[in-house]
Amino acid sequence: MVEWTEFERATIQDIFSKMDYESVGHNALARCLVVYPWTQRYFGNFGNLYNAAAIMGNPLVAAHGTVVLHGLDKAVKNMDNIKATYAELSVLHSEKLHVDPDNFRLLADCLTIVVAARLGSGFTPDVQAAFQKFLAVVISALTKQYH
Amino acid sequence: MSLTVQDMAVVKGLWAKIASKADDIGAEALGRMLTVYPQTKTYFSHWSDLSPGSAPVKKHGKTIMGAVSDAVSKIDDLPAALSQLSELHASKLRVDPANFKILAHNIIVVVAMLFPADFTPEVHMSLDKFLQNLAWCLAERYR
Repeated sequence: MVEWTEFERATIQDIFSKMDYESVGHNALARCLVVYPWTQRYFGNFGNLYNAAAIMGNPLVAAHGTVVLHGLDKAVKNMDNIKATYAELSVLHSEKLHVDPDNFRLLADCLTIVVAARLGSGFTPDVQAAFQKFLAVVISALTKQYH
Repeated sequence: MSLTVQDMAVVKGLWAKIASKADDIGAEALGRMLTVYPQTKTYFSHWSDLSPGSAPVKKHGKTIMGAVSDAVSKIDDLPAALSQLSELHASKLRVDPANFKILAHNIIVVVAMLFPADFTPEVHMSLDKFLQNLAWCLAERYR
């Protein structure tokens, strides 16, 4: 079982309660597709992803970024049981979407960077540690059902 | 994933904007690495204080960023630029190369925090590639 300190719990709740899901989700996913272009393999039906501008302006990318970020809500609301919470989504990503789990880490890194840019000095080293720990637990849960 | 002419131009362009804060970026990135990835502290057991903002962290962050800045100025030939440092890291320091990725991530986080408008996805990609190439050259002499 994952142990969370009071600081970690408060930090995660705080970050997500103030988050602009549409903007952060869009920017994190778009950034991932630009910085790690091989991740585009999962979005063959998203239309124009030819360059950074196209990716940033693509409405399907924006919409999907929001979906992904709201998917994190489950973990925010169930921090003591993230593994069970994501069992179904893990099966989905493995069996249906066939996403290489290393890609979860790439997206998580992009999300960290977008949140860091938004919070500026508020993204202290301890806040960064809490946020990255949270994402690592989510990634572990999403990878759990792969076989 | 070699650096294109475009990548080199983008990294140099970014450096022109951030060079004045290089010392701070180095100190901040190193402090974050030690906090967020505690296993990296194993390389600094000889320091009195490993907390962010401490004297040894500031000093060493400055040293590291100085070397990164130097590499930017010699971006056309990174292997030659990093040959001596690679020798040092291989024979004396023996830092596991996985840690170069970790430090690179933290440098990127700090640049994003301090220069959010400049750190577009394209700039992010080129910097990521540059740091990856830098790490590769640094590990060149390991075996």
